[in-house]
Amino acid sequence: MCRVVELQQAVLAGNDAAAGILRGELAARGTSVVNILSSPGSGKTALLEAELLLARERGVTAAALTADLATENDAMRLARSGLPVKQVLTDGLCHLEADMLAGHLRGWPAKDTRLVFVENVGNLVCPASYDLGETLRVVLASVTEGEDKPLKYPTAFGLAHLVIVTKTDIAEAVGFDEAAFRANVEQVNPGVDVALCSARTGAGTGVLLDRALAAADGTAVHMPVMAQARA
Amino acid sequence: MHEMSIALAVVDQVGEAARSQGVTAVRTVRLLIGELAGVVPDALAFSFELACAGTAVEGAGLAIETVRARARCAPCDGEWAVGVPPRLACPLCGRATVELVSGRELRIAAVEWHDDPADPGVREPISQEG
Repeated sequence: MCRVVELQQAVLAGNDAAAGILRGELAARGTSVVNILSSPGSGKTALLEAELLLARERGVTAAALTADLATENDAMRLARSGLPVKQVLTDGLCHLEADMLAGHLRGWPAKDTRLVFVENVGNLVCPASYDLGETLRVVLASVTEGEDKPLKYPTAFGLAHLVIVTKTDIAEAVGFDEAAFRANVEQVNPGVDVALCSARTGAGTGVLLDRALAAADGTAVHMPVMAQARA
Repeated sequence: MHEMSIALAVVDQVGEAARSQGVTAVRTVRLLIGELAGVVPDALAFSFELACAGTAVEGAGLAIETVRARARCAPCDGEWAVGVPPRLACPLCGRATVELVSGRELRIAAVEWHDDPADPGVREPISQEG
């Protein structure tokens, strides 16, 4: 007999459940995760190098986990900070999922590490769909990428708690239109903050660390309109 | 392209539901995909066929229904299709305090399957919320 059965199950329910469990486990360890998304080449690693150095200077216990399809280059760069760093090779997978991250965070880093910065795979499509149990989700775009990037990748920008523009030291040379970029972010994620920074000059690099610590301390993060709808 | 991961999750969940119901063959899987779910229906359909191979769901068809994204502004009592890329500020008052009513769905709505007539122990399905 042929029968139609209403399932009404969220496809990503498994990931969402794993993310919820991880968030709870991390909270019990005194740790918050910052999930960092951007296209390849936006400057995630350069910004993280700056944030880790700042964290160390300020005595903030922090660690970084960086995901790539191949090479350990990013981990080597980040390890120069002297803070705990882990490289995850995804073997071709274009994004991290909550249970993968949970596996890598089992017993690492040490208890009471305040912040774990997770550098997601460079990709603005796939990582956007996966909650990693983060406290703060940050999306970066460099000044060379075009002001309409938020419109081309509305899910990634629409779910961000904070947007950071990178490489502002060359903004003038490439004719970056900050007002247009801000308007495009506002269209897909009304009310989200847009910060500017240059890892090269150091301008604005403290914003990410400050926001991450505030979120870890329980300060409410921006709630994107897009995050309010459930699957 | 994360559609393969999505397809594997769909096949896992449908396979699990089929097993728990003593179902022998799945005919169709009905998915709801919102415009803002970040999933490409064609890529998902391609991945689904591959993900089904060798599972209880092998041979099943995939019916995808796209859900338009709509938002609502409570103070203005207005609702509108936000489009893609979405316009998420209220077109009347410009405020950000809008609510997304639909468009982020990524849901297995229903499955159509064959019960095994030889299995007397088939139970009525239990609706599960995602």
